[in-house]
Amino acid sequence: MSDERKIRILVAKPGLDGHDRGAKVIAAAFRDAGFEVIYTGLHQTPEMIVAAAVQEDVDVVAMSILSGAHMTLFPRVRALLLDAGVDHVLLTGGGIIPEDDAKALEAQGVGRLFGPGTSTADAIAYVREWFASRPAV
Amino acid sequence: MIEPVADLPSSLEPLLERFREGKVTALARAISVVENERTGFQALLHRVLSAGPRAARVGFTGPPGAGKSSLLAGMAAAYRRQDERVGVVAVDPTSPFSGGALLGDRIRMNDLATDPGIFIRSMATRGSLGGLATTTKEVLDLIDAFGIERVLVETVGVGQTELEITAAADTVVVVLVPESGDGIQAMKAGLMEIADIFVINKADRPGADRLVKEIRQAMHLRAGSALKDVPAHHGVDLSRVVAKRRSRDVALETGTWTIPVLKTVAQTGEGVDGLLDAVSRHREWMAETSELVLRRRARAGTRIRDVVDRELRRVAWKSPSVQAGLEDGLDRIAKGSATPYSVAGAILEGLLGSRASR
Repeated sequence: MSDERKIRILVAKPGLDGHDRGAKVIAAAFRDAGFEVIYTGLHQTPEMIVAAAVQEDVDVVAMSILSGAHMTLFPRVRALLLDAGVDHVLLTGGGIIPEDDAKALEAQGVGRLFGPGTSTADAIAYVREWFASRPAV
Repeated sequence: MIEPVADLPSSLEPLLERFREGKVTALARAISVVENERTGFQALLHRVLSAGPRAARVGFTGPPGAGKSSLLAGMAAAYRRQDERVGVVAVDPTSPFSGGALLGDRIRMNDLATDPGIFIRSMATRGSLGGLATTTKEVLDLIDAFGIERVLVETVGVGQTELEITAAADTVVVVLVPESGDGIQAMKAGLMEIADIFVINKADRPGADRLVKEIRQAMHLRAGSALKDVPAHHGVDLSRVVAKRRSRDVALETGTWTIPVLKTVAQTGEGVDGLLDAVSRHREWMAETSELVLRRRARAGTRIRDVVDRELRRVAWKSPSVQAGLEDGLDRIAKGSATPYSVAGAILEGLLGSRASR
């Protein structure tokens, strides 16, 4: 009973653009899937995202990036997470991210990235599967 | 010397060690352990709580959209300027349908996000109805035990009966807005009794002064000095004629607290200084009148009852004989030879001996 617990997930919107529709849609979908979603609003710096991830002890950080800065932001957040001693978190996300870039980021330890047209159900299933198979922490 | 409690599971020993070293990741994880009621969480609390409560705990409650988060953020920033370390716990509702939650209070606190002197944690109610999550009080204890001096806690947007905040905070700030209704709303019940400080936020909107006045009148009715705020009537100042002893004088003599009614505009920071001042005056008053000791004692009493309740329930419903008694009783009810009351009586008697049925 006590091991059956809620998945906590940070939905973060880094960068300077104001396109938060995607982040809000996925945050609502995660909530409806029974997750506890921490949503921090627009214009988050990597430092803010990592501070929130640490304090909220989340299982997953999901970033929505539509500005083209994904090759900078994902590695930066990942590095800061590791600096903070957080190595058990799944870093995933979505946005306008070319397939080659997604592959390159995956090779660096970032999780799956979801492009335009993804069904929210796919993202939910991915997070659930990861959570079920993650190493115990 | 603190009496012992069940042993801490060895899996939590490293966590306790890092917690004591002051690692923020350990505080965050300890909160998760408590929030998920993982095996050993009570032993963990026991180990870190032995120093007793030290932090000043301020609770914010009020209807949704009143500006609790923004006001709390303004207060947190001010305490940071005074170099106090600040912990914030913000509670948002869990959906009763999906079990999920959208925790959005950090949005109002983005200016504080990367300050290492501040720790913000969002909690979902997970079915609890008192305005806090089931384990919010324990989480406040953890933050206190971590050495953070100032703890601010925000309830879900409440109506009139979600009053658990009194069991969690030393000072309760009730935040209303000019649209919150008239003094009659405030008189109905609940919020009126729990406020140590009233704040009318968004006070730049019409109606703020009227609400301030109505709340003051409602409070004076309770304090037995209803005429204090009544203006001169047919040329006679009733309050002078009737109430020679103003409520404030009585209050000073009896050591009771006169609840301030303040106006703020959290968006611009207007009035936040006044609120800071009121909170610190309330704290001084509590210290002088031993109210703080009484409140902490009441809080510990509530906690003990909670733990005993929880354990009783767990022990009872996990016991095979109770399970069997329940099934058996349901059969007898179906046959018409028992009622839910007789079955419950039999189960209680089996658990507690013959005393239970009396």
